[in-house]
Amino acid sequence: MQLVMSAFYILIGVSIPVALGFLIVFILAARSGQFDDDYTPSIRMLMDDESPIEKETLPEHKQAKTKQV
Amino acid sequence: MLSENNLCNYYDLSERPGLSPKSLEFSGKFAFLDDNSVVEKLIDYQDDHQVQVTFYLPQVHCSSCVWLLEHLYRLDSGIVQSRIHFHRKELNVTFQKDQTTLRKVVELLASVGYSPQLALEQLETKAESNPNRKRVYKIAVAGFCFGNIMMLSFPEYFHIASTGDVSMKNMFGYLNLILSLPVLLYSGSEFYISAWKGLKAKFLNIDLPLTLSIAITFGRSVYEIFTEQSIGYLDSMSGIIFFMLLGRFFQDKTFFTLQFDRNYKSYFPISVSVVNGAMETSIPLNELKEGQTIRIRSQELIPADSELQTQRAFIDYSFVTGESRTVEADKGSMVYAGGRNTGATMDLVVMKAVKQSYLTHLWDKDAFQEEKQHEEKSFIHKLARNFTILLLAISVGAFFYWLPTDFARGINALTTVLIVACPCALLLSVTFTHGAAMRVLSNNKFYLKNAFVLEKIARLNQVVFDKTGTITVSDHDDLAFVGNAPDAEEANLIFTLLHQSNHTLSRIICKRLSFCDVLPIDQFLELPGKGVQAMVNGKLVKAGSAEYVRAIKTSEEASQVYVSIEGKVLGYYRISNAYRTELSDVLSSFVRMETKLAVISGDRDSEKGNLQRLFPKETKLRFNQKPEDKMHFIQQLQSEGAVVAMIGDGLNDAGALQQSDVGISISENVNNFAPACDVIVEASSFELLPKLIQFARNTRIIILISFGISLLYNIIGVGLAIRGEMEPVLAAILMPISSFTIMLFTTGGTWFVAKKLGLSR
Repeated sequence: MQLVMSAFYILIGVSIPVALGFLIVFILAARSGQFDDDYTPSIRMLMDDESPIEKETLPEHKQAKTKQV
Repeated sequence: MLSENNLCNYYDLSERPGLSPKSLEFSGKFAFLDDNSVVEKLIDYQDDHQVQVTFYLPQVHCSSCVWLLEHLYRLDSGIVQSRIHFHRKELNVTFQKDQTTLRKVVELLASVGYSPQLALEQLETKAESNPNRKRVYKIAVAGFCFGNIMMLSFPEYFHIASTGDVSMKNMFGYLNLILSLPVLLYSGSEFYISAWKGLKAKFLNIDLPLTLSIAITFGRSVYEIFTEQSIGYLDSMSGIIFFMLLGRFFQDKTFFTLQFDRNYKSYFPISVSVVNGAMETSIPLNELKEGQTIRIRSQELIPADSELQTQRAFIDYSFVTGESRTVEADKGSMVYAGGRNTGATMDLVVMKAVKQSYLTHLWDKDAFQEEKQHEEKSFIHKLARNFTILLLAISVGAFFYWLPTDFARGINALTTVLIVACPCALLLSVTFTHGAAMRVLSNNKFYLKNAFVLEKIARLNQVVFDKTGTITVSDHDDLAFVGNAPDAEEANLIFTLLHQSNHTLSRIICKRLSFCDVLPIDQFLELPGKGVQAMVNGKLVKAGSAEYVRAIKTSEEASQVYVSIEGKVLGYYRISNAYRTELSDVLSSFVRMETKLAVISGDRDSEKGNLQRLFPKETKLRFNQKPEDKMHFIQQLQSEGAVVAMIGDGLNDAGALQQSDVGISISENVNNFAPACDVIVEASSFELLPKLIQFARNTRIIILISFGISLLYNIIGVGLAIRGEMEPVLAAILMPISSFTIMLFTTGGTWFVAKKLGLSR
């Protein structure tokens, strides 16, 4: 009996820090603003990245723009 | 398809660097953004290289907007990043200070069709960050501690610890105590603050019994833990706080795109063009002084009462008065703040500062000085107060009953009653019903300022309508031709004539005849108040009043424009307000609910006949009402004992909306108009207005029933507690079970009612 009960000390010693870790991670995530906007990321995900062709031409545009400026 | 096309367009757009097709039009309009004092007020953050600024863009509506606005860096290389918050319609831009300026960014946004909304109030106050986040932390902490305390309390529930060694039990107790401290000190803090504020204002609010219960539970638990009797009731305590916070989180779910207490500052522009000789400069509006000459372009608002310098001007005061007709002003006459310039550019000399103008003066009235006290009049507080008093009476009674025989048992009974019969279930039934109701309503495009408004809606017995834009469809008039309808050629003649006139009625007719051609016109003559005439294509065409056209006037109350060609009268155009098609249904529903009705309008009484036909006989109809008159009318109704809902739109109703018990703002676009109101309703949901009241009344019943349920639990609990034989296991189980039943019942009940009323979409 004594042996079984002493296992609790270890289990609790482990489980509370683990749970505390999750709490801290959650608060950090909320603080960084991850849960502020629950809609826009779903649109953002659907937006295509630039296609390979555009990627090649993009630097030219940027050059052209800086020249104009 | 559409979005694909849009996207293609945007791709094209972004491939033309530096594109700004409309930028010339903005020359000077955003010049005030070069002023450092203005810039500092608008930006969020800046360091030596970068500036961060947040704009409100009301035009954002689809995913393509997000695409375009998040690729701004391709249009201006100075922009480092731009992020959209879709629901708030906010754009956060980070740009390089040395490569671009705030003005350039704003001009770029305007040129792609997203003019940021820059209103006067932004110069005076800064937007707050999202306060909801703090509550999320509190819930997280409370949830974490509650879960762990429950876990550590399990052995106690099943008497396991008592068979094991005592040191283990004590350790659990102390661990619980440590875990409960963050809940007590951090998560629960808002309840104590609110209770204390209530006490200071000599008002027993609903948080007071909660605070009392928390304090006693904690105190007794600490005592039991240190005397090593048990591990306390900290599980109940943290559970209460956790569930309460969760309930409030749902109840207070805000609609972040909506602002309910807007005043003129949200509508007035941030800057104004000041003319100094030949020079035209742009200054922030709050620096505008009397005696300065300002230039107001077409479609801009007049920011202050002024004297007209230009020969002639056309001003639309619908913003102020609700009267939807354009007013003509001559040189030297006064024009008032809030008017919109519908003619050409005009110059004005400012006579009164912005804050002292006629329109803005309204906000100095008493009604605007204090926030509406929704909370204190709530029937829930009355219930909570009676409940608290009853509870205290029972517990003190139990204490004195045991006192002569067994002091310890008396103390035990006193504290247990307060722990078990905590008002938690009562509070939960309120918060969860309100939370569910708010969600149902927002699905139906009713947006409530806060949950207490719901209760006021339940008590309404008088509804006052504004006419223009509320029961009529704004920018939409009913036009009919009475007589021999003009053929295509005659229509061309009429169109050409009326095209020359700036009169509102002419414009309405022209809008309808816009398919016609313009013919050669000669000898145009306009007689103010009578009509217009001209030789069109060699024929004499006349339009105007019956006498002017020499027609026989028929007795009709609507506005009429008679037309004659070459002396032959064709008939007349009848122009009347277009009422919402659902109006008669809505009105009869109100009548069935025994709600009194009234109409107040800033317009002339030309529609009186129509309104009398539509509304029940005893309806009070008032016309030619100025914003202040509307406010006094509401006041008068209230002094007669009515609980008044004012349904209006626009700034001209602001006083009445504020004065009324429930101000309902109806609007075609919820992001545009929301002056001083408690509820914002999208125009498309107009027909559901009577259901809103019914729904509010039903939620009240739901709250009362769940009060009953929680009372049942309390009676069982308290009954056991008074006899001093409450098992800790039972208490521990009863608490979460009663909370869950209440949560399920209220949410389910609200949805059921919504479904029955046809509000579940």
